[in-house]
Amino acid sequence: MILKPLFFYLFSLLTIGSALMVIASRNPVHSVLFLILAFFNSAGLFILLGAEFLAMILVVVYVGAVAVLFLFVVMMLDVDFVELRQGFLQYLPVGALVGIILLAELIAVLGGTLLAPDLAGSGAAPIPPVDQMSNIAAIGALLYTKYVYFFQAAGMVLLVAMIGAIVLTLRHKEGVKRQDVSAQVARSPETAVEVVKVETGEGI
Amino acid sequence: MDALLQSYLAIIVFLAIALVIGLGLLVAPFIVAYKAPDVEKLSAYECGFNAFDDARMKFDVRFYLVAILFIIFDLEVAFLFPWAVAAKSLGWFGFWSMMIFLAVLTIGFVYEWKKGALEWD
Repeated sequence: MILKPLFFYLFSLLTIGSALMVIASRNPVHSVLFLILAFFNSAGLFILLGAEFLAMILVVVYVGAVAVLFLFVVMMLDVDFVELRQGFLQYLPVGALVGIILLAELIAVLGGTLLAPDLAGSGAAPIPPVDQMSNIAAIGALLYTKYVYFFQAAGMVLLVAMIGAIVLTLRHKEGVKRQDVSAQVARSPETAVEVVKVETGEGI
Repeated sequence: MDALLQSYLAIIVFLAIALVIGLGLLVAPFIVAYKAPDVEKLSAYECGFNAFDDARMKFDVRFYLVAILFIIFDLEVAFLFPWAVAAKSLGWFGFWSMMIFLAVLTIGFVYEWKKGALEWD
């Protein structure tokens, strides 16, 4: 099939191009939108690998949730673009160091598979061919039994994230009246109305 | 593998047609529509006043809380999908492993509900 390499190069070029635009565009909101484009194209690459479930998760979780969160953060920060660009050279050495370390790791990973091509199939749990077992079933067969501790640790991380977000950002305004449905329903004439016998010519 | 990719060919065809229709409808007005721009027509209209200031203002932090709570339950559901597909072969251990995971997140959900994080004010 000629279409497969064609789409591989299409998705790869679009991923790299939009990833470049993430760091090159001047408006941070545009950066986030280019990041979403990069996520979509990576999902396309995952589908070319036969990993349908990962592609779906990438679109649902990263595009649907994480990118929205990034947009909120970008809009919440109220970034002063001129001030931000002034400190660029100051952060350059640290950024370059992190970049070089990441590049070295990428080269180590890719070079490892080039030096020893038989290494790829000898992991703890080799990936079954897509014809025999779909990607989602292969994940399900391992994640909940063999890697149960990692799975439970993921649950704990989610719990910590939930509680942390509430503790950090939840501020209730004082004196806001909320609807309490059970209190409303429990009202009866005895608790709601007071009948007062008023003598003629006198007040209460 | 190729059978899997061929099943996605229909989506590509669908996307291509959608792109052509969408771009056509977007570009056609620029070519055929009658245009008579005017300063007053193009100005921002805000209930009869001139616009007060820029629309790009700071977001309330409460939107962030709603978004992060959404992500967490989104991920919880994402973990449910492979479990549901492989549930028959996992046995009781796999079943209870997922139940404990759900119980941990339910603790968080109860905390969130009782704290009033789902209320706006």
